[in-house]
Amino acid sequence: MRNRLIMVVAATLAFPILSAPLSAHHSNAAFDAGKRLSVTGIVTEWFWANPHCLLSLDVKDGSGQVVRWIVETQAPPNMIPFGWSKQSFKPGDEVTITLEPARSGKPVGRLLRAVFADGRTLLPGGSAGGTVQ
Amino acid sequence: MTKRTAMSSAAVIAILTFANLTHAQLGFRRQPGAVYDVDFEGKKSGAAPRRSLAGIWEFANGGAEGIQADGVKAMPSDGKPEHELPFTPEGRAAFTSNKPTYGFTAVPSALTNDPMPGCDPQGFPRIVLHNAHTEQFLQTSTQVVILYQFNKKWRVIWTDGRALPKDPESPGWAIKDAPPPEPRWWGYSVGKWVDDYTFVAESNGFDDRTWLDNAGRPHSTVMRVVETYRRVDADHLEKTITIDDPKFYTRPWVALDRLRYRLQSPSLEIPEQECVPSETAKYNRLFANPAAGVDDSVK
Repeated sequence: MRNRLIMVVAATLAFPILSAPLSAHHSNAAFDAGKRLSVTGIVTEWFWANPHCLLSLDVKDGSGQVVRWIVETQAPPNMIPFGWSKQSFKPGDEVTITLEPARSGKPVGRLLRAVFADGRTLLPGGSAGGTVQ
Repeated sequence: MTKRTAMSSAAVIAILTFANLTHAQLGFRRQPGAVYDVDFEGKKSGAAPRRSLAGIWEFANGGAEGIQADGVKAMPSDGKPEHELPFTPEGRAAFTSNKPTYGFTAVPSALTNDPMPGCDPQGFPRIVLHNAHTEQFLQTSTQVVILYQFNKKWRVIWTDGRALPKDPESPGWAIKDAPPPEPRWWGYSVGKWVDDYTFVAESNGFDDRTWLDNAGRPHSTVMRVVETYRRVDADHLEKTITIDDPKFYTRPWVALDRLRYRLQSPSLEIPEQECVPSETAKYNRLFANPAAGVDDSVK
């Protein structure tokens, strides 16, 4: 039990590193800093573009309604060093996204982690020092 | 798992965690194919070549050094008294009217009046004070030419002995028969070697529509910028940027303080990174406007 507690504490210490704010050039002001949401859905578009890449996915809410979520990452040159590419997602992929939502309440947010159905994980770069797992 | 194994595992995770934290705090990011000081720990660099800036240069301590999201590296816009710029009343009014997306006066992206997200030229010196990346220096008998990654921009620093335009607000170039230049996004630049390892460039004649940084720091048309490049050794270059704008600031101030670059392989490919108006419009429609609660349909 104590051993497990030690491991949990170590994992807890590691989490803030993985979820540190991005080093982006677009505003933090619209986002609910520190709040985290996790959504699972089907990719409809991966927009590999400037100023920042956008991932669109359809997510079923609690009542079965489909909601189109859009999450941003960073500019392509800032993503490539961390294993991202124009081919990272294709329409139809199932992914689970951890995100920092907008304060406006609209279904948009900043991507903090993407996990594919097969367990592959993409993390953003920037000051978070993200990696591909 | 034995108790000792569990403790060892926890210690390893904690060490890796704090090692990562140190990297994160340094803002380390690796440009594909580039090398950094961390790759050469314990190895000494050779002597600096005389009067040479030529080559491809990347931030010695990681690619994220140039992002400067919250304003210029030496004076970020974080609200701390030590980072308060020496504004004149006119300069403070200009700063207050700017609505940046970062720094302590940040607004949501959809409400900004930053010229850059709409793909207006970021100009100089913002090209090195925000979202700065790998640079390539070309050196001829009359010019130092700097190629910048962001938006594939370049600028010329004349080294043929010409003077800066005397009146920055109505500049007249020193070369005989040359047409009188107008204030422009990238200004006018001249430079010279002050010793075998130190190159100093001065620039003026700026269009005041550009911002100095991502935090909305302004400049006027009378701004003069001093760039000092010091060739430290065979592998390193230090860059210092000083802003001298008596209309907006009561005294010159340092925006970059000996920022260290590392020389790269001459075959390093500098990535393409363009601001594309159509992509920006889509980004705003799909993301920035909903994030700020702005309704596109009323526009």
